[in-house]
Amino acid sequence: MPKNPNVKRVLVIGSGPIVIGQAAEFDYAGTQACRSLKEEGMEVILVNSNPATIMTDGDIADKVYIEPLTVKVLEQIILKEKPDSLLPNMGGQAGLNLGMELDESGFLKEHGVTLLGTTAKTIRKAEDRLEFKETMEKIGEPCAPSLVVENIEDGVAFASQIGYPVVLRPAYTLGGSGGGIAHDQVQLEEILANGLRLSRVGQVLVERCIAGWKEIEYEVMRDGAGNCITVCNMENIDPVGVHTGDSIVVAPSQTLGDKEYQMLRSSALNIINELGITGGCNVQFALHPTSFEYCVIEVNPRVSRSSALASKATGYPIAKVAAKIALGYTLDEIKNAITGKTYASFEPTLDYCVVKIPRLPFDKFITAKRTLTTQMKATGEVMSIGDNFEGALMKAIRSLEQHVDCLRSYDFTDLSKEELLERLKIVDDQRIYMIAEAIRKGIDYETIHDITMVDIWFIDKIAILTEMEAALEKGPLTLELLKEAKRIEFPDNVIARLTGKSEEEIKKMRYDNGIVAAFKMVDTCAAEFAATTPYYYSVFGSETEVVESHPKKKVLVLGSGPIRIGQGIEFDYCSVHATWAFAREGYETIIINNNPETVSTDFDIADKLYFEPLTPEDVENIVNVEKPDGAVVQFGGQTAIKLTESLMKMGVPILGTRAKDVDAAEDRELFDKILEETQIPRAAGGTVYTAEQAKEVANRLGYPVLVRPSYVLGGQGMQIAISDEEIEEFMAVINRYEQDHPILVDKYLQGKELEVDAVCDGTDILIPGIMEHIERTGVHSGDSISVYPAPTVSEKVKETIAEYSRRLAKALHVIGLINIQFIAVEDEVYVIEVNPRSSRTVPYISKVTGIPIVDLATEVIIGKKIRDLGYEPGLQPAADYFAIKMPVFSFEKIRGAEISLGPEMKSTGECLGIARTFNEALYKAFLGAGVNLPKHKQMIITVKDADKGEAIEVARRFEKLGYIIYATRSTAKALNDAGVKARKVNKIQQESPTVMDLILGHRIDLVIDTPTQGRDKNRDGFLIRRTAIETGVNCITAMDTAAALVTSLENAESQEEMTLIDVATIAKRGK
Amino acid sequence: MKTFLILEDGTVFEGIHIGAKKDVISEIVFNTSMAGYLEVLTDPSYAGQAVCMTYPLIGNYGICKEDMESKRPWPDGFIVRELSRVPSNFRCDITIQQFLELNGVPGIAGIDTRALTRILREKGTMNGMITTNENYNLDEIIPQLKMYTTGKVVERVSCEEKYVLPGTQKIAENGPFSGSSVFNKEDYKAGIREKKPSLVRELNGRGLRVALLDLGAKDNIARSLAARGCEVTVYPAWTMAEEILADKPDGIMLSNGPGDPKECTSIIEEIRKLYESEVPIFAICLGHQLMALATGADTFKMKYGHRGGNHPVKDLQTGRVYISSQNHGYVVDMDKLDPRVAVPAFVNVNDGTNEGLSYTGKNIFTVQFHPEACPGPQDSSYLFDRFINTMREEGVCHA
Repeated sequence: MPKNPNVKRVLVIGSGPIVIGQAAEFDYAGTQACRSLKEEGMEVILVNSNPATIMTDGDIADKVYIEPLTVKVLEQIILKEKPDSLLPNMGGQAGLNLGMELDESGFLKEHGVTLLGTTAKTIRKAEDRLEFKETMEKIGEPCAPSLVVENIEDGVAFASQIGYPVVLRPAYTLGGSGGGIAHDQVQLEEILANGLRLSRVGQVLVERCIAGWKEIEYEVMRDGAGNCITVCNMENIDPVGVHTGDSIVVAPSQTLGDKEYQMLRSSALNIINELGITGGCNVQFALHPTSFEYCVIEVNPRVSRSSALASKATGYPIAKVAAKIALGYTLDEIKNAITGKTYASFEPTLDYCVVKIPRLPFDKFITAKRTLTTQMKATGEVMSIGDNFEGALMKAIRSLEQHVDCLRSYDFTDLSKEELLERLKIVDDQRIYMIAEAIRKGIDYETIHDITMVDIWFIDKIAILTEMEAALEKGPLTLELLKEAKRIEFPDNVIARLTGKSEEEIKKMRYDNGIVAAFKMVDTCAAEFAATTPYYYSVFGSETEVVESHPKKKVLVLGSGPIRIGQGIEFDYCSVHATWAFAREGYETIIINNNPETVSTDFDIADKLYFEPLTPEDVENIVNVEKPDGAVVQFGGQTAIKLTESLMKMGVPILGTRAKDVDAAEDRELFDKILEETQIPRAAGGTVYTAEQAKEVANRLGYPVLVRPSYVLGGQGMQIAISDEEIEEFMAVINRYEQDHPILVDKYLQGKELEVDAVCDGTDILIPGIMEHIERTGVHSGDSISVYPAPTVSEKVKETIAEYSRRLAKALHVIGLINIQFIAVEDEVYVIEVNPRSSRTVPYISKVTGIPIVDLATEVIIGKKIRDLGYEPGLQPAADYFAIKMPVFSFEKIRGAEISLGPEMKSTGECLGIARTFNEALYKAFLGAGVNLPKHKQMIITVKDADKGEAIEVARRFEKLGYIIYATRSTAKALNDAGVKARKVNKIQQESPTVMDLILGHRIDLVIDTPTQGRDKNRDGFLIRRTAIETGVNCITAMDTAAALVTSLENAESQEEMTLIDVATIAKRGK
Repeated sequence: MKTFLILEDGTVFEGIHIGAKKDVISEIVFNTSMAGYLEVLTDPSYAGQAVCMTYPLIGNYGICKEDMESKRPWPDGFIVRELSRVPSNFRCDITIQQFLELNGVPGIAGIDTRALTRILREKGTMNGMITTNENYNLDEIIPQLKMYTTGKVVERVSCEEKYVLPGTQKIAENGPFSGSSVFNKEDYKAGIREKKPSLVRELNGRGLRVALLDLGAKDNIARSLAARGCEVTVYPAWTMAEEILADKPDGIMLSNGPGDPKECTSIIEEIRKLYESEVPIFAICLGHQLMALATGADTFKMKYGHRGGNHPVKDLQTGRVYISSQNHGYVVDMDKLDPRVAVPAFVNVNDGTNEGLSYTGKNIFTVQFHPEACPGPQDSSYLFDRFINTMREEGVCHA
């Protein structure tokens, strides 16, 4: 079937801000889809509120709207742009839901817009629990007994009929949000109430629990002619009960025979045919571990996190093919880009094993429960490829960058057998380490399997790894043993640790005996056809396939690893743009990364892709084969920066800012010297290693002080301390892990926080703009609302910032990007920190100023000068727009996480509000972040004493907007004394009605709760905030944020229609 | 024990020994299926060949004897990256190591199977030797390897006597289950196992009698027909056409099988007689090639064949593409087809080679791939229904 000639202008909906359950995979899918559509000559109109994405670049789509993803906004865009078609299945659940709403309301039909790809009918059949179940029954595909309920009574009745435990799954939610397993009626009522509220349609599926069954997924493609293929299947090592996003997953399935494999494959095809899906689809099965009995768990009629993983695991570009199918092509008409010979109508076959491990945020939320459930908690994931399972698992573990490099990385040696047996019952992120310890303690496979339901095959593989640990420890380290250890991917440092030798000795022994990594190609066809795809992975004990090189200069671009809080998709954006810029300048580009969700690991971004862990040893393996002319580390976040020293030891020149200058910015003494020379003030402070030293410095400076480790991103471990006790507490937290670098203790200054990203060529500096944070210092910059251009500071401050930036960049000999954070106290400017590398605000500031910072940085790195590139150095004139970056959090997904903002970053993503006026931009930013007020116009205020003055002003404004204000005792008194009407409510332990009762009564729109200093000091406040978040009430923990919100609401009242801004028209300035 | 795989071109791979302790010379081929190693091992079409599995982890679910496609494994040798130490599957009877030893199949593990596959892809299928002799002499071995031919193998793999497989009488209670999703560990421990599900939902072949000429048939061909209600009589490969026709079957099925089709000279003569009869015929793989040769077409040896479970074939009648299970080293030459005799019915989407023929003016339909699957996708099992419909349309129903 040729492509549909009626499709010319396609509206693509992105997935919005990164939240848990909906992350970078949709930037990858959306970018691939847009490029695929443009390849076919389509005009692409893109809407996505997330500015940190590649897909919102002017060169990916023709028209780019970084606007809030709401039905109203989409309707306005459709009216303005008049697309003929809408592609809703690339933007995750968010995009799909919007497409559905537009279709259901008749708006699409009215304006002549066709839904491309899967139809609304199909989506309903797959997504609506009842319709889905009926459809499955019709075609004889089994589902677990279940009932869709819309109230708690029906849920309780059904559960007592089918028996506990039961699984609860809210309809139309992200990442299983609000779901869970209930073992009794109390749990059922709790989870069900939450689930009903979170579901867009107020429906929750109550289902017989099939926990413990094997969880198997199939990625299926179907075209309009009905041709179907499965791209790959995947097996979750964690059986049913853990969300697949939080499970360790292996591809292809390992423990299924052909009978089981084909039975489920046929079922998946049967289902996709019946649903009539055109495009990609994910089918999840539960397979009974000891019979052929299976159940269909769910179907996702769109590209998903799993399909991104399947794409990277096989090389089959699911999103690209899905986009072509949407245009009317059939699978046998679409070429397989990897082989260039075969077609998309074939099934990839793997000759390697792929392991995915989720990146869970428990290092950020140390108070949160580590338990894994059907509610996804991971912020990102890593993938690894090997020719054996043990090796792939080892590679994935060290890719996580969570201080783990082998199965001994968590120490459970103290646990007795009995304690281990108990501990194995807990399903959390440490389960494989616990299984390893159980094996070491001699607990048999059957017992471990009976408790965990993890398949014996995987348990045996873990045992092989523990046996190797023991063999290395026992010694002697023979060549045979070393070879075997490397075959299953024990890194040199672990071998060194276990054998009591040095890492250098191990490396030498390997090199002397030719035990080196070989590189194999991912080619979709197990070498059956010659492929030219430059997509490689390493193995030991094999031959390297010819890695062809061009007679060009070679540059290594180090990626940023898994998405985590503090190091998100922004760094992938930077890596990809740098790669493209190097390619334009005639370089051969090589990317190393291990994140399957990102654009950078798409095989056609760089000339070569190595899907490998980002550790010194793994990078050296690649360097030995490729011998690059240089490496860039400044785009890949802290992951890449950390590799600088190792790269230099390997003899790879670091392109751009020199390593010693990067060090100078991080090293306290060196940096102080530079500040002295350049006469730039900063908050007084000192470097320490121990709590004693920290207290001494703190007392010398006077409290409050800021405590933080150096060389980290996202303010990990950063805290404001107000007392010696807190210093002790925070230092203990930081020193949980051995620190390679000293800890910094600084005087805390309260003022306006400002930030610049700039490009420096060694002589001149180009500052696209100054961003001002709405929250004053103390809130991490990544969690602050950031405004460009800075709205409230004086010209003098701006000039000072430009001047200081120039001096700092020059003193640090920056070649490329630099990010500097300042505090302005009145007109005095202090520097907080300098990072000679890319930052989280780079994509945002590039888009709103029209200055392609990463491209410029890359050109500067290869030796060009800012002036030659057509730019006048210095601070650039402000753009015509206000652009406001709003942080977005995923607190509701992480049970027990403290939500109050502080110096440690907690947001998972961001969205943008862009408009001609500050107020409209602010309104859009809040709207994009999902803060959709008001419903009931009732709010609660409970603030610490220091905030009472500001709270009065804010409350007065809310009152004016018609809000009914509830407040706890002292806050109420302060408000009432100041003439703001506030109703007093009791604290939690006091008699009803308390604050809690109010929140649980579902009549509150907003809670403003500013916590007293310090962690865990205020359990009341913590409970109030958690309850608010978990019941879907907006909760604000900083007075500045509250003031901004009320400004936005005041503006919303007068807002009639939003102005839409096509970001692609913000001209590339200076070019 | 150190073991070597020596190829005709002088390449030597060193690995470790698996299976029976003996040296063997054979034709080396590769199979790209990710699951289904037992079905591959017991597919008689591999007689005279040693199979390399491109998927590196083999033996993970052990040997489930009920999945065997014939009574024994046929390959001369088995080549893998890694054999699983502990198999895991509720039906597992023995380990793959035991199975290979018990059945006298030697093999080699621990070699770079991807490198081997790339050699075979570039240079074409070639002969090789698996040996444990560390003092091998290439000058002696290579001429030996070059001389080796698979020869006549069909007679070796066919059944010895005719036998009958009765048709299924009622749809077994073995379709996919609905609703009863209770995991009962006690039942499991007591040895209670669920039945296998079946793709077949209708006994449309009830009352039909099919003659299956066993040229090295995989069991699932007869099973697929019997599961639809057909009574299947299986004949040895050397059975005369007259004998088959005398039993008055409603349809004749020609099975898959090993070796070079042109070696089967006498069988081709008998198949010509079957062609002349008016009985509907459905043929798979070797049967498809022999029918082509019997009616004047030609076959040739492919560079490295099609062996795996991911080959797309296009049904030229409907334009639909199906993913098929394949195992063949020879193919019908499309350039030499006489459209008055036969026209292509299926083509391979990857390389455009012939995958099926429809015989002009005859109720004869043949395919190169394996609609009986096992291992591999079940997408084309509808062809058995098509065959049953053809037999019904002929009106020779005995029901």
